[in-house]
Amino acid sequence: MIYLDNSATTKPYDAVLDSFNKVSSTYFANPSSVHRFGGEAERLLRQSKIQAAELMGVEEDEMVFTSGGTEGNNMAIKGIALAHQARGKHIITSQIEHPSVLEACRSLESLGFKVTYLPVDETGRVTVDSVESAIQKDTILISIMSVNNELGSIQPVEQIGELAAHYPKLFFHVDHVQGLYKTPFDIKGAKVDLCTVSGHKVHGLKGTGALYVKRGTQLFPLFHGGNQEADYRAGTENVPGIVAFVKALRLTSHQQQTNRESLIRMKRDLRAALAGINGVHINSPEDGAPHIVNISVPGYKPEVVIHALGEKEIYISTKSACSSKHPDVSAVLAACRFNEERTTSALRISLSYQTEPSEIDTFVTELKATLNELKETMERSS
Amino acid sequence: MNFEHIMIRYGEMALKKKNRNQFERRLHHNIIEKLKPYPNTHVKKTRDRMYVLLNGEPEDEVMKSLQEVFGIHSLSFAVKTDKTEELIKEAALFAFQADDTAKTFKVSAKRTDKQFPVHSQDLNQHLGGYILAHTEGVRVDVHNPDVELKVEVRHDAAYVTSKDYPGAGGLPVGTTGKSLLLLSGGIDSPVAGYLTMKRGVEIEAVHFHSPPYTSERAKQKVLDLAKAMTRYGNRVKVHVVPFTKVQQKIHREMPEGYSMTIMRRMMMRISESLANNREILSLTTGESLGQVASQTMESMHAINDVTNYPIIRPLVSMDKLDIIDLSKKIGTYDISIRPFEDCCTVFLPSAPKTRPTREKAASYEAHADFTDDLQEALRQTETIEFKSGDTINKEFEDLL
Repeated sequence: MIYLDNSATTKPYDAVLDSFNKVSSTYFANPSSVHRFGGEAERLLRQSKIQAAELMGVEEDEMVFTSGGTEGNNMAIKGIALAHQARGKHIITSQIEHPSVLEACRSLESLGFKVTYLPVDETGRVTVDSVESAIQKDTILISIMSVNNELGSIQPVEQIGELAAHYPKLFFHVDHVQGLYKTPFDIKGAKVDLCTVSGHKVHGLKGTGALYVKRGTQLFPLFHGGNQEADYRAGTENVPGIVAFVKALRLTSHQQQTNRESLIRMKRDLRAALAGINGVHINSPEDGAPHIVNISVPGYKPEVVIHALGEKEIYISTKSACSSKHPDVSAVLAACRFNEERTTSALRISLSYQTEPSEIDTFVTELKATLNELKETMERSS
Repeated sequence: MNFEHIMIRYGEMALKKKNRNQFERRLHHNIIEKLKPYPNTHVKKTRDRMYVLLNGEPEDEVMKSLQEVFGIHSLSFAVKTDKTEELIKEAALFAFQADDTAKTFKVSAKRTDKQFPVHSQDLNQHLGGYILAHTEGVRVDVHNPDVELKVEVRHDAAYVTSKDYPGAGGLPVGTTGKSLLLLSGGIDSPVAGYLTMKRGVEIEAVHFHSPPYTSERAKQKVLDLAKAMTRYGNRVKVHVVPFTKVQQKIHREMPEGYSMTIMRRMMMRISESLANNREILSLTTGESLGQVASQTMESMHAINDVTNYPIIRPLVSMDKLDIIDLSKKIGTYDISIRPFEDCCTVFLPSAPKTRPTREKAASYEAHADFTDDLQEALRQTETIEFKSGDTINKEFEDLL
């Protein structure tokens, strides 16, 4: 199997699964239980938090464990909006955010909030100027992702953070789910108030993640109940998942330190090889994240290509689902103003630190072969 | 360009020769211990300074660590460069720009190597001019500059240092003996320990544990506090004294109004014996005047009756809010406020005497013999040692 859909999810490390198993069977007590066994689970939870905070370069009380990216984004956006609506009801985000940001914003529009969805340029980037000119007196939140999940474009979050810092009444949230350990990002340095990360994108388990909440930031919680996670998130803590998450953070952070250069090289080689295939257009900007290459092959229905590769146990992905009459358009590519031919034929290849150069070679060879095999049928049906 | 080393200046220079040697040796040792997480650093001692060579370790983190070491007066980052005017200029500009808040500066150049062709005065002028030409909105202020760039042209190389960072002050831990700190899980006692360490005292801690009336978590809190204190003392031992039997006996046999006073007297007796066994010459407590029943002047008088060991009370004159601020600063506050009782409420009298007397306390105690109970508590005392850099929960290391 050649797995090149790492932006969707990654394979958990064996060590991560081991930790999950051990904690599930050895420390299954509820950390809130008064007895000694509960105390041990609580201690393990606290140690996990200390290590997570250390790895993210923040303070222990600034980490809130969540069930992943969607929860983190919802908690940040709705939490700020509902807690601070007396200050204002305007939110700024971009047109190419993840659905968990866009839909959270739309839900707030139905409650009377106003949202500005900033456009992006052809490389999938918002400009700092456009953010600045969108700021109004009643703006309470800017939410911008660090790395776009379809294209890999890197957003100027450090500069936006610098800008946001001049507006003390305004919070800045970064969806860092795709960027974590792929692009250098310093939460404190970027002057971020909230930052979402997810476990299963870095070889942890589904249902785990964290939201960084800068000390002193008030949020209206999504979940009410017991006072776990300093009242930010009620509900019995997922101790095994959290421990596995922190382990994944540690191992992937190490990968970033030792293997990032080779990941960058691998992506460069992949781009070059793909650019050499007749009919393939590369959509991802050259200076994007080191693990995402988005291409279009006009004339080919992306789902068909994916199924054909799937038969060879090669897995990549598409955003545009197959529909013969009204092909779904990739909203992200459309926002970058690619033409319809490109927006309806996009494929995403996403790598991880576990990807081998030989797998890239095989993939390119097989993609060429697949496109050749499909050529005749596709030409006839178009 | 990078900072090559951190220069360390130490305070309290009015030390006699012999003390000074001991002081320097200890400081050198403490710095090495503190920088263990940064194995590439190297600590160099010269006649009146110390230098930490960074060798690529993260400069800001190393600086922060060093700012927690007692006995250091101030610190500066330094650039090392070859002895050409061009390179020294670049180094000076780099050192100045490292602090992006600085708006005014002055240059103080010194030439130890008289072979260097540019005289100090000229060098001052040239470097000042270079910085002014390469920055905006910056001016020279010779009287009260934000940054004083010190340039030293020595035989081996030229060195440029910039802004002074304040050190933790005080004396190197381990130069003025040892004290036994009565460590509860509250806010005060860790702060008292910190301030005692600041005067060069090495701390061991004693904690009274009364299971099942106090929980495992309360004990854990104390261990976490001791671990937090290793940031300033490198090593902290905690003696956990099983106190249940003594406490039950007090509850059973002593008048309720005096139970608090007598409990504290028992703790003092055990602490004194422990100190005596370990050749520790004083006790330290987090008592402050007038906070609670056990801290009235009368209480202090009645409790102090059972020992003639010096009791160091660094918080005695501090306001509660100042103590809280300090505990936040030193990183013990969040541990201290974890919601577990450090003192078993079951044993708390409904109305403790705020004006107990020595005589009455002693006469009540005479009705029961505590000798064996105190001896047993001492015998069963458990000792746990923490070193800075230890992860406290070693059994979790593999999992995480």
